[in-house]
Amino acid sequence: MAAVTETIETVQAATEGTYKWGFSTDIAMDYAPKGLNEDIVRFISAKKNEPAWLLEWRLKAYAMWLKMEEPTWPSVHYPKIDFQDAFYYAAPKEGPKSLDEVDPELLKTYAKLGIPLKEQAYLAGVEGAGDSPADARMPIAVDAVFDSVSVATSYKERLAKDGIIFCSISEAVHEHPELVKQYLGSVVPQGDNFYACLNSAVFTDGSFVYIPKGVRCPMELSTYFRINAKSTGQFERTLIIADEGAVVSYLEGCTAPMRDENQLHAAVVELVAMDDASIKYSTVQNWYPGDAEGKGGIYNFVTKRAQCRGKRSKVSWTQVETGSAITWKYPSCVLLGEDSVGEFYSVAITNNYQQADTGTKMIHVGARTKSTIVSKGISAGHGQNTYRGLVRVAPTAHGARNFTQCDSLLIGDLCGAHTVPYIENRCLTAKLEHEATTSRIAEDQLFYCRQRGLTQEDAVGLIVNGFCREVLKELPMEFAVEAQKLLQISLEGSVG
Amino acid sequence: MLRIEGLTAEVDGKEILKGIDLEVPTGEVHAIMGPNGSGKSTLSYVLAGRDGYEVTGGTATFDGVDLLGKAPEERAALGVFLAFQYPVELPGVGNANFLRTALNAVRRGRGESELDAMQFLKVARARMKELSMPEDMLKRGVNVGFSGGEKKRNEVLQMALLAPKLAILDETDSGLDIDALKIASDGVNALRGPDFSALVITHYQRLLTYIVPDRVHVLMAGRIVRSGGKELALELEASGYGAPQAA
Repeated sequence: MAAVTETIETVQAATEGTYKWGFSTDIAMDYAPKGLNEDIVRFISAKKNEPAWLLEWRLKAYAMWLKMEEPTWPSVHYPKIDFQDAFYYAAPKEGPKSLDEVDPELLKTYAKLGIPLKEQAYLAGVEGAGDSPADARMPIAVDAVFDSVSVATSYKERLAKDGIIFCSISEAVHEHPELVKQYLGSVVPQGDNFYACLNSAVFTDGSFVYIPKGVRCPMELSTYFRINAKSTGQFERTLIIADEGAVVSYLEGCTAPMRDENQLHAAVVELVAMDDASIKYSTVQNWYPGDAEGKGGIYNFVTKRAQCRGKRSKVSWTQVETGSAITWKYPSCVLLGEDSVGEFYSVAITNNYQQADTGTKMIHVGARTKSTIVSKGISAGHGQNTYRGLVRVAPTAHGARNFTQCDSLLIGDLCGAHTVPYIENRCLTAKLEHEATTSRIAEDQLFYCRQRGLTQEDAVGLIVNGFCREVLKELPMEFAVEAQKLLQISLEGSVG
Repeated sequence: MLRIEGLTAEVDGKEILKGIDLEVPTGEVHAIMGPNGSGKSTLSYVLAGRDGYEVTGGTATFDGVDLLGKAPEERAALGVFLAFQYPVELPGVGNANFLRTALNAVRRGRGESELDAMQFLKVARARMKELSMPEDMLKRGVNVGFSGGEKKRNEVLQMALLAPKLAILDETDSGLDIDALKIASDGVNALRGPDFSALVITHYQRLLTYIVPDRVHVLMAGRIVRSGGKELALELEASGYGAPQAA
């Protein structure tokens, strides 16, 4: 009987309590009319008071999108999306203001999510001078994107002192049009794929970062995406440029309320690294995954790509994907510069009825380019997890190196793990390695931990975190702690 | 005090324990000897609460508390510790992290404050020195790439840190050379005292020259067939388990 009670409690915990970011904020919103057509594209552009060139750019994308087909090659299954049955623009009525004037409802929302929007006193060179450990922490600059708009960006003035531009992309369009014009779509062109093309037509907000020559960004930059409004898609666009010798670490987080409907999130992220520049891009993706029966949840169809244009440039993607009903995402690196380096570290969890088709593309063009791929897939419940990766080596990439490691962990016997590695090598001097394993959490491991006093949930958490260690250690410290907790929460109720 | 009465248990529908009666008073160390397949490991797993070891009758209490209805982690919090015959590997889980998590889980269960990383390291290093364990074993994955002897010593280290009230040692001597055997035995002997009791499961008398038991029991075909003082182990060594069962 005890076992039955335990099972009931576990199921309840999994269906009700686990997604603690599932609340919604009640705030006056401005919407575009429902549906998608050329007028909606014009509406969005007008709302943002955009220059004519950008409207033209959007309209061109929209015309291309109309002729495109939704991709069917990913191994994910979902009913056909009705693109007319969603809002493409939703924003709090009160427009973005300075930090001090942000709507208290929004401040409350972000406080509840654990995102610091208030700036802490920050004195260059004397961090850690405070008495409490909280003061000693490195501040993090945050751009908060709420549905379709950026509602606040912190530490802008401090960063500007080093010549760093950190603002919403809408603001960048007005303040730094030459940079936006030069780089927007230069890594992910409008017609790249179905979802990137849709994004190019209707993107609303996102972050813009420019790190000038030789500058090492003095703090972590981050964007926190929140979908709040019902029946609304979020289409953000992020553009990060690291000029020669610049160094930046950027974090991205995301959550959404629990709703019965599926909501679409189709983002585009473009990174550009010049000579000797380095960009570290970390994501903790925690969109609402749907309930235990697979109802609701975010469709996360995202295009992320980096160009290592410069010699010895480096881009490192680290992602922890715990959320979304469906994840379709392949953060990639195009390694153009000689000796440039691309890295991809990924943990993807699918529990209940979640589906993930994720991986990376490493395109080696420059000589002696190097790439590393470490992918950890964890499937529980009825979850389906696919690693899909491409390593392509052009004839010009003499001495290119790639190392790929794909590990899958299964919890229970109803889930699935799939690995689809594509390797295209046209260079005789390139060296490519691929390793893959699939394992299961063994009963004896759980018993061993429980005999030492750990609960079943803690034991699963410990074993899963051990499995993901190589990836988690790539995350910035504070994020890593969050990510560890998140992994455990995502798997609650998966054993038992 | 551990009190087992009429305990029967089966694995995969096959009855292995056929009515065990056993008492280990607080402060005593008892040895259980017996041939392969007699149910020694089954007894240890049943007491620790492993899934698949189905209790079909009888009782087992520790200090008056019913053990059999409790989850394995609850038994651990009560002070029951099982040193595994085959310690399990946990890839990627750092030994230090595992030990601290376990120690704090048990401390929480007892209503004691948790140790932070620095406090823990201090305690762990001191215990490791006593067990002649190299410090890098804290950094390695739990039991991953450990030799047989290292795994057993890691079990004894865990026992030393968790300071259980009842330790069940399942063939801790197997795979140990003489030096390691002495070290492991010292670890157990260091815990001996008025609040500590142990059930030492072994095939060989050899271990019992280092961990001298108060009582020795012989388990055969799922029942305790003989009990006696420490000299019984010597007699078994000389004449084997096939000796007449008359006491």
